[in-house]
Amino acid sequence: MSTIPATPSAATVPPVTDDPTPPSRPRSRRPALNANSRWFPYLLVFPLALVLFGYVVQPMLATFGESVGVDGPANWASFLTGDGVARSALVTSLLISAASVLLCGVVGVAMAFLLKRFSFPGRRLIEAIILVPAALPPLIGAISFQLLYSETGILPRALQQLFGTENPVLPFSGIAGVLVVHTFTMYPFFYLATSAALVGMDPSVEEAAYNLGAGRVRVWRTVLLPMLTPALVSASLLVFMTSLASYTAPLLFGVDQTMTMQIYINRTNGDLPMASTYASVLAVVSVLFLLGMRWYEGRRSYRSQSKGVASHRRELTNPFARWLALLASLLAVVVLLAPVATIALVAFSLDGSWTTEVIPSGYTTQNFVTIFSDPDAYRPILNSLQMSLLATVGCVVVGVLIAYAVRRLDFRGRGLLDVAVMLAWALPGTVVAINLISAFSTGNAFSFGQVLIGTFWIMPLAYFVRFLPLVFRSSSATLAQLDPSLEEAARNLGASWWRAFGTVTLRLMLPGVLAGALLAFVNGVGEFVASVLIYTSETAPISVEINNRMYSFEVGTAAAYGMLQVALIFVVMVISGRLETGGRASREATKWTA
Amino acid sequence: MIDVTLESVSKRFPRAGDTAAVDDVDLRIGAGEFFTLLGPSGCGKTTTLRMVAGFYFPSSGRIRFGAEDVTNRPPNKRDTGMVFQNYALFPHLSVAQNVAYGLKIRKVGRAESTRRIEEALGQVHLAGYGDRRIDQLSGGQQQRVALARALVIRPRTLLLDEPLSNLDAKLREETRVEIRRIQKDSGTTALYVTHDQAEAMAMSDRIAVMESGRVRQVGTPQEIYHRPATAFVARFIGRSNVLDLPVVAADAERVTVALPGGWEVPVAAPADHGLAAGATALVSVRPEHIALTSATAEGALTGRVTELEFTGMATNLLVDVAGEPVQVAAIDVPAGLGVGDQVGLRLPPERMWVVGA
Repeated sequence: MSTIPATPSAATVPPVTDDPTPPSRPRSRRPALNANSRWFPYLLVFPLALVLFGYVVQPMLATFGESVGVDGPANWASFLTGDGVARSALVTSLLISAASVLLCGVVGVAMAFLLKRFSFPGRRLIEAIILVPAALPPLIGAISFQLLYSETGILPRALQQLFGTENPVLPFSGIAGVLVVHTFTMYPFFYLATSAALVGMDPSVEEAAYNLGAGRVRVWRTVLLPMLTPALVSASLLVFMTSLASYTAPLLFGVDQTMTMQIYINRTNGDLPMASTYASVLAVVSVLFLLGMRWYEGRRSYRSQSKGVASHRRELTNPFARWLALLASLLAVVVLLAPVATIALVAFSLDGSWTTEVIPSGYTTQNFVTIFSDPDAYRPILNSLQMSLLATVGCVVVGVLIAYAVRRLDFRGRGLLDVAVMLAWALPGTVVAINLISAFSTGNAFSFGQVLIGTFWIMPLAYFVRFLPLVFRSSSATLAQLDPSLEEAARNLGASWWRAFGTVTLRLMLPGVLAGALLAFVNGVGEFVASVLIYTSETAPISVEINNRMYSFEVGTAAAYGMLQVALIFVVMVISGRLETGGRASREATKWTA
Repeated sequence: MIDVTLESVSKRFPRAGDTAAVDDVDLRIGAGEFFTLLGPSGCGKTTTLRMVAGFYFPSSGRIRFGAEDVTNRPPNKRDTGMVFQNYALFPHLSVAQNVAYGLKIRKVGRAESTRRIEEALGQVHLAGYGDRRIDQLSGGQQQRVALARALVIRPRTLLLDEPLSNLDAKLREETRVEIRRIQKDSGTTALYVTHDQAEAMAMSDRIAVMESGRVRQVGTPQEIYHRPATAFVARFIGRSNVLDLPVVAADAERVTVALPGGWEVPVAAPADHGLAAGATALVSVRPEHIALTSATAEGALTGRVTELEFTGMATNLLVDVAGEPVQVAAIDVPAGLGVGDQVGLRLPPERMWVVGA
């Protein structure tokens, strides 16, 4: 489970200017750091490129080196030949990903059509909460589904009691359980892409097809579906990549034969070369998908610019259909809110009070008292906040500058820089962790000669690598909507590059940067996948502590930690929503007055 | 007030191969002059303006403000005031704060600053709008704020990059009068870029017509209209017929050409026309200067009307003269004239002009 990008993919945002002349490379004969020097882009980009190389690319190469070092041929042969674990883990991972794409596609597209094309009671409420299950941090999200739908889960047991059967009814386990988690947490990729495409679609195109005599099925087949294709393809790629990277769902539902689980198992068994081989294979597949995605996004998408008739929702008029819709809405609301509700309920349960009952039998507020008062229990919270904050500061400084460089400066290797950032995004958390282990278990130039493994610093570094792309993407998307002539106007009025950047460009990027930073911060606080491979007992973050408590059957305390993460996420969602509506409000105002 | 000189300025973009966006441009813009770069899109006019502003640096050549060489000076050290095509107003600042931006950088005192902002806003008829947000203004008002922001710093040169292209037709005409008035009042040297020839003619002291990165002609609006240097200029400024006519005789000022039908007429030509008897001259004649007459009239060309379009003030005709289409704009058209009719065309030699290729 990775994070839904804060903004629709930056690559589809059209550039603001239509200046036919290509950007220039400013030249000057002055020495030193001068914004007009031909070397200025390189002076700015060089440290950024160094950071990306040192902490993203170089560790990846180190992992590859590790995999071919000891037993190299044997490691790699296990993927290419035989029916060993390696081979079957790869196949299972790919199959789970493919099934996830299919399930998420059906659910996401159906939701988008229902919510964007029809008007029925409860629609607004569903739209408001539709992203809730996906917003949960990876571990606590997966745990909530386990508590709800597994053999010991609330729903199968409730059904068992209801029907008086011997065994829990409809329990999900193994791969089916993984697919349930994936469907609930990843369908938003399809939902968001499809609804954006539906909203952006010019309804007169559809009307033209009807006008020319096409029936509803034909319109679907020949007009709607082709126009949705770009959205569906990119959503499919995203879901596939995210499923491939998924680690918590297989962990909780005990599916050992996936790539991510094998990395974890080999690492904990001390076989780093084999773990590295798995990580390398997974990295290669992820990078291929990233490149595929970029190639696909670079092609034309069907975005109509017409501002004619606004698309309208069809009103349900049949009273029977209205009742059915209402009922379905209620069910949807319950299903969407169930994971959070479960965590909230369990957070107040007495540890050990939940064995065979449908829901826990004893309740207390002690769990919250414990995690805030017991120094041992309080430590992970402090760790997470501290490490996440450090990483976020790094992400903002580096992410904003890279976004600026990629969007606004002209230099050789610009595409490479862009790819390097997105590489950090495409790599599964498990792989990021293995990369850092391979690179920094001995000192190298990028760790200033220090061994980072087993220290505090490896954790914020991992968070930095994983969440840099979030800040980069949201900064880059805001920057794409800023007219470059604003900065030029400031320069023309006498501002130096630094002053123009600070008082105009950065100032106007601020909402996007802030949204990205908040996202990076909450993701850091919820991080589990990479942490679990590199934490020490001193630096255990919240999610690792949750996992440990779950193992020692302290479910209530674990859920109480989870509630903290959830609360933080909702605060951030509200703030980000404000940032966005603020921006939208001023855009609306411009439209009306100009 | 200061004059601006471009000395064989060229600009090649690294990714655009060998073609120059601006190719060996020489211009001298007089102090206080309103000078326009006019040409179709992609002709290099905006690139030229941006080199004067300092956003691009020339690949070769020099740019001077007065005697001072500013060729490689960064934009913030040039003291130019630029009005951008989309105004580029800072959306996070109020109207007054936008206008104040350049003053702050120049460390103008508070009292002086307030006075100058008020003066500048008054000049563009926006007194009392200082506290407004940018998105509370109409397009025309935003345009005037941009102008005030550029003028308030008392720039050495005012640079305007198609500032009217985002306004509707009526506002465009009003605003061009305003811009011209303010420029005259302040006496600032102005360099204006547009692709709209009517705008250029109405506003400019002098115009440079550009095509494919080169300056084809520099002159007053009258010179450019009545004495276009090339066939391109003749066609780009207003409408024009450019006829290929055989030269019968030539001297330093005049070229005598033979019209279809054998009439020979002397036509004024630039001193460097380089034509001799037997050569072919390109002769420009404006549609509105051609008179309609009867097909049998003495000294007139005869042709057949192939298109006829009534526009209110005039009637536009396309007349086929010996296979050559000739445009005519006539105020008076004989009643009942229609497509296919034979007409006579009288070309006025004193309005005709030999142009270069």
